[in-house]
Amino acid sequence: MKLTGAEIFVECLKREGVKTIFGLPGGVVLKIFDVLHQQKDIEVILTRHEAGAGHMAEGYAKATGKPGVALVTSGPGMTNVVTPLVDAYMDSVPIVVFTGQVPTHLIGNDAFQEADNVGISRPCTKYNFLVKDVNDMGQIVKEAFYIATTGRPGPVLVDIPKDVAMNKGEFRYPDRVYIRGYNPTYEGNKWQIKQAVEAIQKARKPIIYVGGGAIFSNAQAELLEFAELTQIPVDMTLMALGAFPGSHALSLGMMGMHGSYASNMAVHFSDLVIAVGARFDDRVTGKVSEFCPEAKVIHIDIDPTSIRKNVHVDIPIVGDVKTVLQELNAMLKATPNGHSIEQRKPWWNQINDWKAKHPLTYVQPPDAMIKPQYVIDRIYQFTKDKDPIVSTDVGQHQMWAAQHFVLNKPHRWLTSGGLGTMGFGMPAALGAQAAFRDKLVLCIAGDGSFQMNMQEMATAVVNKLPVKVFVLNNHFHGMVRQWQDLFYEGRYASSYLDTVPDFVKLAEAFNAVGLRAKKVEEVDGVIKEALKTDKPVIVDIEVDPYENCYPMIPAGGCNHEMILEDPPEMKRGEKPVPKVAGEDKDAVLTA
Amino acid sequence: MEHIISVLVENKFGVLSRVANLFSGRGYNIESLSVAPTLDPSMSMMTIVTRGDDKIIEQIVKQLNKLIDIIKVVDLNETEFVERETALIKIHTRQEDRAEALRIADIFRGKVVDSTPTTYTIEVTGDVRKVEACIDLLQPLGIKELVRTGRVAIAREPVRQAAAQPRRVLKEEK
Repeated sequence: MKLTGAEIFVECLKREGVKTIFGLPGGVVLKIFDVLHQQKDIEVILTRHEAGAGHMAEGYAKATGKPGVALVTSGPGMTNVVTPLVDAYMDSVPIVVFTGQVPTHLIGNDAFQEADNVGISRPCTKYNFLVKDVNDMGQIVKEAFYIATTGRPGPVLVDIPKDVAMNKGEFRYPDRVYIRGYNPTYEGNKWQIKQAVEAIQKARKPIIYVGGGAIFSNAQAELLEFAELTQIPVDMTLMALGAFPGSHALSLGMMGMHGSYASNMAVHFSDLVIAVGARFDDRVTGKVSEFCPEAKVIHIDIDPTSIRKNVHVDIPIVGDVKTVLQELNAMLKATPNGHSIEQRKPWWNQINDWKAKHPLTYVQPPDAMIKPQYVIDRIYQFTKDKDPIVSTDVGQHQMWAAQHFVLNKPHRWLTSGGLGTMGFGMPAALGAQAAFRDKLVLCIAGDGSFQMNMQEMATAVVNKLPVKVFVLNNHFHGMVRQWQDLFYEGRYASSYLDTVPDFVKLAEAFNAVGLRAKKVEEVDGVIKEALKTDKPVIVDIEVDPYENCYPMIPAGGCNHEMILEDPPEMKRGEKPVPKVAGEDKDAVLTA
Repeated sequence: MEHIISVLVENKFGVLSRVANLFSGRGYNIESLSVAPTLDPSMSMMTIVTRGDDKIIEQIVKQLNKLIDIIKVVDLNETEFVERETALIKIHTRQEDRAEALRIADIFRGKVVDSTPTTYTIEVTGDVRKVEACIDLLQPLGIKELVRTGRVAIAREPVRQAAAQPRRVLKEEK
């Protein structure tokens, strides 16, 4: 029996086990939406903007470990999804984005809502396809999911012209895929792993540096075993939070630009860095020529291009993190290593000194403005037993959340790392909530970031996705303001956001719940209230607008040269005068 | 240092653009590039001439390997190879220069492939030094137009097994 391209497409998605699609229709994808409308297996979540659809697919993928799917129309539909594609590419998130395209005979004619979808997305996807013939649909959809989820995961785009969706063809869906130019290496080289074991045995000051690869590889058990076996301290990147239990005694927390003092000191003074599914991003290495100057580097990664891209690697191991760690653990267990634990006593003494000297902390005076760190700490205290999924936007609040919200399980932390996409947080939270309807999903946002995709509150309300959004409202692009204080003599160029919108009224306009805290003693109350309701909530929390995020390694600085508090030479700028006289005007002026 | 990289790719649309994107997006330089189908029409062979230190070349080779449409990547500098380039050189000739033009072509074993009373078009093939030397000598006569194919290269087959250097096939390297 012959089916239309759209019917074949939907059937393929069902075979792939797709349960949820995030999307927005338009002229050339109407046929596909029409077919989706007439079936029950796949839920379609209508977003208010295609960027929202893309980020929801990312949130879905990060929370479930399965590919997220978005479906958008041609032209502007596709261009709006470019940011999520780049974001997913940078953070290796498996998403498959289907875009509509003008009919094949119009391609290249500058037709209405035509864009070169494949050309535009080429540098921001792992791979992309144009379906030219309805009979290729099954093969291409299968390959798209295969490429997105295997090897180093990443986004894949499939462009479907209108006539291909309308034409009839045979349904064919291959069981397996063979692509001759694509054979990711999963098994690590045994000889290299043996070298790694020897280096670990010898190391006196080793450190494990975990990246996001450990999460997508589901290597948490192997990682825990490895760290406990060797008693080596664990540093995590922003992307890796949750890959190793943050409350474990071996965890030093997050490393990098705003990482903990102990974690950055440890990596700088180590004699062996064991990088696990990480890519030595500049926000982690700081000044790359002085990154861990005395250390040998073992680098386990599935992507050979990550190895020796930024730093010299002594023992490269190309392979899947989980598989390689299993092998490594087996070899370590076969070698007696009690001695090497003993020889690391001084190293641990040193680390414990660092931990004690500058722990991650904050001071919340009872009568002062609310400190953002305090809010995150309180949210954490109220929700830690509920195993929440936490998404963030990008900026100061993201770093404070990374520092103060302790995560013990993987796939609980949704954040935009590589690209640093403001506006990521709320749609990503919705994606996770769509995957886990019964779970508590929190979004920690800033007032700047939240405004970049706040239209998706409508998606939350309509689709009954009860995410709890906490807006740490400082009326600034806070991280920009911090850099202006530190490096631009306090000239607040285009970083002050004034006093609008009123987030409580905004929530009410969306038929969601809006709450506000302006004083320290109100914080607990609004958190409790937010957790009680089963509707989406925006909690507007007026925080100290001049709080800076520390520790901080200035861009291009060395990892052991952290700024730990406002430096004496720092020049605060003049307090901006709100142009809109809102009821929150005083908040900024009295800070 | 200059490297010649031989890249076996899927013969389908967009592949050249993927390779070109990779070079431009990461700030690598392509000095010359030539592409044509292989014996198996489903594949094409690209010969890319590029420059960079060892670290950059390592990244170029790895990044090329990472592209899904690329089947095999060989850095020919790891082995012995033969390279050739063809140039078509149209020179403007005055009556008194015509004999000299032919002599120069002859020295480089070039062929005249088109001739008019005022021009010669000379085809010359060889390694890059030979082609450039020929161009340099013809230049004083007045080059009207010049096209070059870019280089193609192929690894030399080892004569004796013992003397043979193992050719590193980087795609399979772990």
